[in-house]
Amino acid sequence: MHLDKISQNLLEKIANLHEILNGAVSFRKNGKGEILRSTQNIEIVKKIDGSGIDIFVHSSCKREACHIPVIVSEEGFYDEVYNDFYIEDGADVVIVAGCGVHSSTQAGHNGIHTFHIGKNANVEYYENHLAIGKGKGKELNPVTIIKLGEGSRMMMETNQLGGVDYSVRDTKAYLKDDSTLEIKEKILTQNFNVAKTKFKVYLQGQNSRCNIISRSVARGESEQVFKSDLIGKNECFGHVECDGIVLENSRIDSIPKVSACSNLASLTHEAAIGKIANEQIIKLMTLGLTEKEAENKIIEGFLK
Amino acid sequence: MIELRHIYYKVKDGDGEKTILNDINCTFSDDCITAITGQNGSGKSTLTKIIVGIIAPTSGNIFFNGKDITHTSIDERAKMGITYAFQQPITFRGITIKELIDIASKEDNSIPKACEYLSKVGICAKDYINREFDKTLSGGEQKRIELALTLAKKGECVIFDEPEAGIDLWSFDRLNDMFEKNVCYIVVSHQTRLLKRADKILVLENGTVSAYGDSKEIINNLQSYQCRRVGEE
Repeated sequence: MHLDKISQNLLEKIANLHEILNGAVSFRKNGKGEILRSTQNIEIVKKIDGSGIDIFVHSSCKREACHIPVIVSEEGFYDEVYNDFYIEDGADVVIVAGCGVHSSTQAGHNGIHTFHIGKNANVEYYENHLAIGKGKGKELNPVTIIKLGEGSRMMMETNQLGGVDYSVRDTKAYLKDDSTLEIKEKILTQNFNVAKTKFKVYLQGQNSRCNIISRSVARGESEQVFKSDLIGKNECFGHVECDGIVLENSRIDSIPKVSACSNLASLTHEAAIGKIANEQIIKLMTLGLTEKEAENKIIEGFLK
Repeated sequence: MIELRHIYYKVKDGDGEKTILNDINCTFSDDCITAITGQNGSGKSTLTKIIVGIIAPTSGNIFFNGKDITHTSIDERAKMGITYAFQQPITFRGITIKELIDIASKEDNSIPKACEYLSKVGICAKDYINREFDKTLSGGEQKRIELALTLAKKGECVIFDEPEAGIDLWSFDRLNDMFEKNVCYIVVSHQTRLLKRADKILVLENGTVSAYGDSKEIINNLQSYQCRRVGEE
């Protein structure tokens, strides 16, 4: 399939794809499914009403990857898609999602993803967001609903590394016995960007575990709000950590909340927000970096 | 060569001011190890930070190879060839030891070459090279990696602020191997063994130079300079 340079650039950045790979793929561009390809272990089916896709990952799937990138490059286009993932018991899959927006006017994407994860399954889920192009109004509002079966594990890594003017990430998760959810979030905002993230995790099952780590850097006049809510309803463990760097006139609000509805629940949170430590900049300057280079290196490391 | 002329450093102290360094004049020559010693609070670290550019003197001038660098930034001085090893190493999140070696040496080193710098300070390089230079490393490990960074950076003037602090005796002995010819070394230290290794010693007392000269002569008279900690092992 021929891709224009903008699409190629976006694909490379959001999915680390230089071209459309073999294997299970759903590539959506400007609201239309450009490629839909299943494999023996991963079946991708269009929803009858056209609102999105259903992805069936069979038990036979062992470390197979599924790419589902979305590109919005049409001026003023606002895409909304509903994707449902059905992960069978014992399946092991890597899902690479992500959305790239290129527009000089208002444009955006709402991706509503629901994961139905069976027993003892393993899911790695990567979601990268990027917006490029002049003008304002580029929006990305992902919604993720995760239902983790007994003994299953999901690792979710999300990156929003620039250009998105406004975003609200809303994630809800429900964990059964012995299941584990790890969430790693990285956000960089600049100029007048606004980014809000909300995580609500219900630790319902015995010995369910959740660890949320958020790293964020706010520059310019940008604003970020991080909200997390861990609800322990059983013997469980939950931890949420939010570290942020504020530069120039930016602002980060971190609002962690933990609710123990069982005396066997162990829930912790920590948040640290501040500027870059001056001695770190000085150290790198003594090695020959300029102040700006030192600052960028520290941010790069922080978000790594 | 580093030359200090009439260096004063004063800080606010209530309604008045306190003099930390009082009219420091001295020359640190090439191919020479100069130890700066003195009691805690005598101004040793402040003096080295002024040379590196971390602190600006209240008045006076600093010359590097004849050029006035008093108003030159830290990174420009680093590029000119002034290298500094901190007393307390600064750690980072997400920056690996290999990355710091590359920054210091200004090149993308091969793994074996980067490992060489670590091996020279006595740590098993392959275990460390891709580790982050963060607080999970012990104080001794941080200190030795800090010394490895000075080896990677090189420089015409290399300043160590208490390099012996926090490292074991074996590594301490290897410090001697780090000194090369034709380099101006400035070492802040209390340790007799390091003072003996120096060619010259500068003794600071309450921000003033109380003695400066040949190391043997100074060491013999250390007690008379009333430096209680000086010469302690």
